Amino acid sequence: MNEVVNETERLSRQTDEGAQELKASHELVVTGTVWPELEGDGETMIINMGPQHPSTHGVLRVMMELDGETVVRAKPVIGYLHTGMEKTGEQLTYVQGCTNVTRMDYASPIANEIVFSMAVEQLLDVEVPERSIWIRMMLAELSRMASHLLFQASNGMDIGAVSMMLYGWREREETLRVLEMITGLRMNHNFVRPGGVAADLPDGWQHAVLELCDKVEVGIGDYDTLLTGNPIWIERTVGVGVITTEQALALGVSGPILRSTGFAWDLRKAQPYLAYDKVDFDVIYTQNGDCFDRYRIRLTEIAESIKIVRQCVEMMPPGDYRVQDKKITPPPRERIDQSMEALIHHFKLFTEGFRVPAGETYVSVESPRGEVGCYIVSDGTGKPTRMHVRAPSFYNLQSMGPMMEDRLVADAVAVISSVDPILGEVDR
Amino acid sequence: MALDAVPHNFLTGRLEDVVRWARRNSVFPATFGLACCAIEMMATGAAHYDLARYGMEVFRASPRQADLMIVAGRVSQKMAPVLRQVYDQMVEPKWVISMGVCASSGGMFNNYAIVQGVDQIVPVDVYVPGCPPGPETLMHGILTLHEQIRTGELLKRREVSPTGGAAIQVSEPPAGTPRMPVSISQAT
Repeated sequence: MNEVVNETERLSRQTDEGAQELKASHELVVTGTVWPELEGDGETMIINMGPQHPSTHGVLRVMMELDGETVVRAKPVIGYLHTGMEKTGEQLTYVQGCTNVTRMDYASPIANEIVFSMAVEQLLDVEVPERSIWIRMMLAELSRMASHLLFQASNGMDIGAVSMMLYGWREREETLRVLEMITGLRMNHNFVRPGGVAADLPDGWQHAVLELCDKVEVGIGDYDTLLTGNPIWIERTVGVGVITTEQALALGVSGPILRSTGFAWDLRKAQPYLAYDKVDFDVIYTQNGDCFDRYRIRLTEIAESIKIVRQCVEMMPPGDYRVQDKKITPPPRERIDQSMEALIHHFKLFTEGFRVPAGETYVSVESPRGEVGCYIVSDGTGKPTRMHVRAPSFYNLQSMGPMMEDRLVADAVAVISSVDPILGEVDR
Repeated sequence: MALDAVPHNFLTGRLEDVVRWARRNSVFPATFGLACCAIEMMATGAAHYDLARYGMEVFRASPRQADLMIVAGRVSQKMAPVLRQVYDQMVEPKWVISMGVCASSGGMFNNYAIVQGVDQIVPVDVYVPGCPPGPETLMHGILTLHEQIRTGELLKRREVSPTGGAAIQVSEPPAGTPRMPVSISQAT
């Protein structure tokens, strides 16, 4: 089989030299047209997939115009999970804000918390302690691992490798257990807060984290054995759902989908935040922009995350886990029992919140799905005037149409799965 | 014929108990994942927590083949009619678990977009608290439902029962009241 022969060449992992070159060989335009009225010769048929469908990753609805078994065009219909989170964000104080944003991308909540906290800190103009930065980075990578493991599970199941559902969840459970040990919750942690993190790392965290790294490393080796060389898997994914760099950029796509087209764009390298300039890792990218490459990139990114997490364990600096600024940090629990002022201070912080200077800011980080950004406008009160989140899944979803066009309807599920949308983030 | 004359071992029981026993041990859930809770629902069905122990590992994609709808996540105004339609497509006997605070009461999202409790749309048998509830919590909810099935009425039709869950009677509002964002026509 030709694909297998070329496989090593196709998958050769490259570091970032020369990856940013962009050859503008095609027009940087993907035509988005108005959805046609069904009329005329009756040759095509419009069918709906979803919003209640096992492979739509929640409540995505895809309208597909079919000519026989070929998809002429496809359009995602969203809004079935619209939660009004941006509006709710305007009614919550900055202290409570993380509770809200963490429920957007529920597969990797830490990234959302980090981006919100960083935006608030930028408005407040505070420097968070070194240790909290490293704790954040380690949690972000653990969260990325959990998210990509979920992708491996659901992607496998969608395409027909049902056993991947069990294997992927096996490792994800281990990851969630470590996250629960550190943050107290399996999901929706609300652990990263403006000014630092909610608590220090628990006793014995190094051992738990390193043990997890070993387990997941074995796990991704298993997936590699099960899927990468599997002829059925290759048949279902190689050359399916192809998108070019130009199309991806024109649509605002980021994350693994953009990297699968040969454009090594990763905010962790492109504009290092937290302490990503102090750790050693590679940006994974491939050249073909198909479903197989996106699977492969996410699998390899788990290994890169493990690398970063191990470095975090090694280099974790001592110190405080939150900034000691009385304006934004609640007093320690023991002080509340002793001092009336501390009690009042604590009460004020959690009822009214702290005031943030007027201004606006945009901060973006690399979530497992791409660039997640937070835009906050403050008018100087304790609540944001506007809180907008640039959700990567929302933009990535637009690439679904070009990927599905002129492909068989059976490939539609593979495409939806490889885009890996989280609908909570799309609809917010 | 006397029982001791029969050559095989057998058990006797009331037909009702046998039916309840059979129902309790083969509840097929419909996949109705909406948001965060759906991920935890998947975790409950996956390797570690293994819902198969209760005869429930078969998550049916089609509501026609399902007995139990686990409403996992926040129900938006746009999703509510779809949810009701899926519920109506399920055949009796059917049960509903409201998983998580968003489905149970709207949770932290008390705003224009979220239905403040799925029991406004479908009758709920078991409410599972948490945001999101862990797999253990969901399993406890499922076992509570099993107990309800074991002891409950056999021939109950939900819409007309005065006790089973929220007996929803959807009707036109009185003239002059502002229209609710969701209008659901009464299933006949």
